[in-house]
Amino acid sequence: MDEYLILMRLDIITKEAQPSPEQMQVYMKKYQDWVGGIAAQNKFVGGTALSMEGKVIKPKQIITDGPFAEVKESIAGFITIRAKDFDEAVSLAKLCPILGGEGNSVEVRKITGGHN
Amino acid sequence: MADQQLIPHLFRTEYRKIVAVLCKYFGLGGMENAEDIASETFLTATQTWGLHGIPSNPTAWLYGVAKNKAKNHLQRHTLFRDKIAPALKGDESMEQDLDLSPQNIIDSQLQMMFAICHPSISPEAQIGLSLRILCGFGIEEIADAFLTNKETINKRLFRAKEQLRTSGIKIGVPGPPEIEERLSPVLTTIYLLFNEGYYSISRDQPLRKDLCLEAIRLCTMLVENAATNQPQVNALLALMCFHASRFDARTDRNGGIILYEEQDPSLWNVDFISKGGYFLQCSATGNKLSRYHLEAGIAYWSTQRADIPEKWENILQFYNRLLQMEYSPIAALNRTYALSKVNGKAAAIVEAEKLELTDNHFYFALLGELYTSIDDEKARLHLQKAYSLAKTPADRQAIQKKMDRHATL
Repeated sequence: MDEYLILMRLDIITKEAQPSPEQMQVYMKKYQDWVGGIAAQNKFVGGTALSMEGKVIKPKQIITDGPFAEVKESIAGFITIRAKDFDEAVSLAKLCPILGGEGNSVEVRKITGGHN
Repeated sequence: MADQQLIPHLFRTEYRKIVAVLCKYFGLGGMENAEDIASETFLTATQTWGLHGIPSNPTAWLYGVAKNKAKNHLQRHTLFRDKIAPALKGDESMEQDLDLSPQNIIDSQLQMMFAICHPSISPEAQIGLSLRILCGFGIEEIADAFLTNKETINKRLFRAKEQLRTSGIKIGVPGPPEIEERLSPVLTTIYLLFNEGYYSISRDQPLRKDLCLEAIRLCTMLVENAATNQPQVNALLALMCFHASRFDARTDRNGGIILYEEQDPSLWNVDFISKGGYFLQCSATGNKLSRYHLEAGIAYWSTQRADIPEKWENILQFYNRLLQMEYSPIAALNRTYALSKVNGKAAAIVEAEKLELTDNHFYFALLGELYTSIDDEKARLHLQKAYSLAKTPADRQAIQKKMDRHATL
């Protein structure tokens, strides 16, 4: 079993694209059902959703408010999972409910053994 | 109370108090002595009361005898020590009276709880010692609870006391910086104790119920003490109360298990349910969600009789969170059952088959349940597989019931 990072990207900048509180509740439930399904297979390692605020640090210590304002796809959350290969990791990631939204994306990356 | 019932009753309630105070008095190296003195106290009571009748205040009488025995023990001990090490003469600090005031009894019990439920002691030893020292169970009762013999329990307790004696643990309730970390193994042991009673295969019903009630009593002590009255402690207490409410409904006259969906809700104990509700409310403070909060949430909704969508939706969401915190096969199976109630059997089958718990009879029992009326032949095969994998007569009996019902469909 290897570990994989699932990065969830969506537009958290454009005002019109933001869900209402009621929609948000439905999204959260779907999200929890998806992660719960992975966890029920004992393949959930960790991870969480992220808040809307952020800071972006660039060379010469320039700090701006983030997430990256230039791109519409901000990282909205990440989880790490266990899977026997890339195919399995992708098949789990495919069911991520944010993929129901136009322009959203999910990226799967294999986690290697650290920085060494 | 009839005379012959008085001593067993007092043993039940007073032995654990006397032994906890004595353990604190002698230190963790003197646990054997503490147990001996507490036992001798009751032996003396049996003999004296048999001859001279029951004293007007039996409890005070017991405390008085325990105090004298403790003092005598120390004097003998000091005499011996003085002979081999005269330099140590004049140590007056240990000579003070044994303090059996209500406050010191509670303090001693709480402090012993933290000493016994210490991460450096094995969980098995923690439970054994808790039953002996904190709950005052006899060796025979502990052996019955674990379906083993007295020698095994004696050996286990001896090893546990050795571990405790050599561990260097200080007797005391930890302060605020440590308390959260140290509470965790205490709560684990209390919950294990409860589960031992709730799920064990011992057929001794009253004994099993006693184990559950003792776990609830220990947790209540933690809630009643300001330093240990934390949200997760209340959550655990709520959880145990909710479970305990079904104690009488979940077994039939022959000791067989009655599954949740077949229980008679009128047998659910409403006092326990409302107690659970109260402590669940008390647990809803702070910003940390423990597994006990999630399990208490599930247990709360399970006490709701009506099969409404809201019930199963909430249970599903709690299981989703619980599994992210800590995976267990039984939680994975229960989540899938809740999912079938929310999203239907077909959707649940897809999720269930991903679980691949192919050595688990509950897994096949669930699949049998889910396939019923979707593919009855498959359902039958799954139930058969479940039956062949079941390990206990009670489990086989429960699956047989499902098979019988399925055959008449």
